[in-house]
Amino acid sequence: MSASPVFLSAVVGRPFIFSSPSSPRAIAEKTANRTAKILAQVGAMPKLGAVVPASRLDVRLAPEMVSSGIPQLDSLTGGLARGCLTEICGTASSGRTSVLLFALARATERGEVCALVDASDAFDPASAAAAGMAMSRLLWVRCGEKHPSRKPPSASWKNRRGNPPCQRWESQLGQMLKVTDLLLQSNGFGMIALDLGDIPVESARRIPLASWFRFRRAVEHTPTALLVLEQQPIAGSCSSMLVKVSSVSPQLLGNRPAHSDPPHSELLDQFEITAELLRSRLERKLERKPVQSTASFKSRAAWAG
Amino acid sequence: MFACIFIPDFSAQALIRFEPELRARPVAVLTGRPPLEKVVALNERARQRGVEAGTTKSQLEAWENLVLRARSEPQETSAHAALLDCAQSFSPEVEDTSPGTVLLNLAGLEPLLGSLPKIARDLAQRVSQMGLEANFAVAANPDAALLAARGFSGVTLIPEGREAERLGDLPVDVLLESFSSDAEEAARWVETFDRWGIRKLRVLAALPGVPVSERLGQHGIRLQKLARGAVSRNLRVWEPQLIFAESVELEYPIVLLEPLAFLLNRMLEQVCARLRQRALAVQELHLNLELATTQPQDYASFTRTVASTLTQTFTRTLRLPTPMLDAKVFLKLLQLDLQAHPPGAPIVKIHLSADPARPRALQSGLFQPVFPEPEKLELTLARIAGIVGEGRVGSVELLDTHREGAFTVRRFAPVEPAPAAPAPVKPKVKQPGNRKEDMSMSENGSAYRVDETVEENAKENAQEKMSAVIALRLFRPPLGASITLREAKPVRMRCLEREDIAGEIVWTAGPWRSSGDWSEQEGWSREEWDIAIPAKSSCQLPVPSCQSNEREPATGLVLYRLVQDKISGNWFVEGTYD
Repeated sequence: MSASPVFLSAVVGRPFIFSSPSSPRAIAEKTANRTAKILAQVGAMPKLGAVVPASRLDVRLAPEMVSSGIPQLDSLTGGLARGCLTEICGTASSGRTSVLLFALARATERGEVCALVDASDAFDPASAAAAGMAMSRLLWVRCGEKHPSRKPPSASWKNRRGNPPCQRWESQLGQMLKVTDLLLQSNGFGMIALDLGDIPVESARRIPLASWFRFRRAVEHTPTALLVLEQQPIAGSCSSMLVKVSSVSPQLLGNRPAHSDPPHSELLDQFEITAELLRSRLERKLERKPVQSTASFKSRAAWAG
Repeated sequence: MFACIFIPDFSAQALIRFEPELRARPVAVLTGRPPLEKVVALNERARQRGVEAGTTKSQLEAWENLVLRARSEPQETSAHAALLDCAQSFSPEVEDTSPGTVLLNLAGLEPLLGSLPKIARDLAQRVSQMGLEANFAVAANPDAALLAARGFSGVTLIPEGREAERLGDLPVDVLLESFSSDAEEAARWVETFDRWGIRKLRVLAALPGVPVSERLGQHGIRLQKLARGAVSRNLRVWEPQLIFAESVELEYPIVLLEPLAFLLNRMLEQVCARLRQRALAVQELHLNLELATTQPQDYASFTRTVASTLTQTFTRTLRLPTPMLDAKVFLKLLQLDLQAHPPGAPIVKIHLSADPARPRALQSGLFQPVFPEPEKLELTLARIAGIVGEGRVGSVELLDTHREGAFTVRRFAPVEPAPAAPAPVKPKVKQPGNRKEDMSMSENGSAYRVDETVEENAKENAQEKMSAVIALRLFRPPLGASITLREAKPVRMRCLEREDIAGEIVWTAGPWRSSGDWSEQEGWSREEWDIAIPAKSSCQLPVPSCQSNEREPATGLVLYRLVQDKISGNWFVEGTYD
């Protein structure tokens, strides 16, 4: 009994029916006839006039793409690539964190275990819950001081930790690099996100390219999608895809002066985010429509309903 | 039929089990208060060199290269527990006779385990794998098997009905050591029998019953029956308590992690081996270390002060997300834990115990999402905790409270999703007529029309619900701010800790007030504002004037959440909408 009808039926979810048993000779003749028919059909197809043996093909397998949860972004980029490094860059209030959290939330909904390496400890659990994150499948790593001070903030507290800012960022970046190495070596994560959104550009650019190269090699041929959130591109040629995100809040449009209306009549209810595909090294199928370079979509506030 | 496992020189064997390198050397075990320690047990090599039980420590100085060890009750307990586990793996009826001696009921086991000689050989092999050398005997009654195991070395099989014949050559002191309440009583009986010229069990068994009863009483009659191998009784079945623990007392206190890891590795291997015999795994691992508060300079002063040294206990517990049974992983986890939480004092005793649990049973599927291996994940989490600190790695759980930002970080223990059931086949309705309709062919060749409209609407509704949500990036701790108000509305902001977060507020929404926990001491009251100020960055586009009537995209703005603590009156920038 061949396993192919069983397998095919399992994939499409249909019950399989065993054919009545017949002699081995009859089965072999039937298989040979079927194979001959298929080969004849393949040879007759105009585009496949010459079938090249697989051993002579220089095949580079296209990476598996997974949805980011945002259809417009998926149509722009084809999704997020497994086994590749993807950069999402944007300035503050550009919508990049919304995109990242939504992608993580969809991954956790698919049953995958995800990790967020938070270099500046900026993760908001309430926002993640609003995005539909399955919290039990998200590993949150908070880089920073091992024993942060519990002193409540005060208005006159000028230097938070008494260290020069550059030393603090370097310490957090060092932790981020070590933690990322460990996570990539342990395998089994569907998505690993590095949040460098609040790290100053000059500090983030100090991450050596060798580190990014190491991450890319570690994630290659694994089912893990490695995302990096940053202000500006820093991974260079190590990233397979670079997406730039910017946003506009409709509340800030318009021609009325900002201070005339009472503030309680205003409500931040949505962003209009524009994503631009700056670079993609992933092979994509040729499509009839021209490949678009930007996509726009909306993100709503959790309290907007 | 019954089997007996007897460990000769049990105290020495228990020590050698933990230090296998001593097996090739003469070893003597001492007991008693110094300086009057005496030899209580010794291995065969020491016996060959002429060392005897009862020799004092000062007399032992005459022997060179003799290894001396103090008797260790914890190691004897561990060895005996391992012996019981081994016996339980063969027979459900096991009697815990004495330290180093167990009895098994072999009734009904031959169809399962093979012939009696094979069972005896398998027993011998299993006990040998645990690092113990034992004598084995099989007989028709438990006491005959016990006598044979104590008297004969190696494996002894006594056919039913031939007990008296096989046991006859054993000396009477074997009988009295096995069945006397204490050593002094046994010595008195041996002396009595020796005066009467009774030195072998055959002689005792051949005595007439009435004179034995008149001179030795009922106990003498019982001893005579035992010598004949004619006493039949049931086993006192031992009910196992599932305690898997190993202990070791140290001759010298340990201060470094490396030698401690060496000892822990051996203890973990023993615990895992015993669990594996019972098809169990480890759910929790407890490490108790007794620490010495005084630090002696040499062994002599250590032994003098050991009774009066105050000890304190240092305990660490490893809770595993899933039951595991890998000694190397446990050792690594313990090492990482002890590096993060060092004992702080020399260690004099180690006690390791494991809480057993059924091993996890997983059925993987071809279409299962990728999932990390629990053993690797546990090690990775321990290493990450060593880098970022305890409590800064895990999964988040939101607390059921109205307080903003209330959450707790829990141990990361994801549950592997169950294999998804295959999607049910949708019933399709046959529609006649239009050839341009979308047709899909089934296996049988009949045509169906797919209702696309309903599916598209459902997809659109689902997409609307699934649209991205505006996320907030928090500043931890919140940044202090100086706010200029006009008509109770913030119009200008300056962050005290970040110079780039400052400027005129071009858009404001709020306030939203909330408060809570007034019945508690930590009451809170806050007022939230959503504001927009121009971003101070060279990569930003020029900001349009807020007074302009032209409809221009408001780029270059950053949206912040501003919070005023109504109790203290201070303003903070809590985060950025991104």
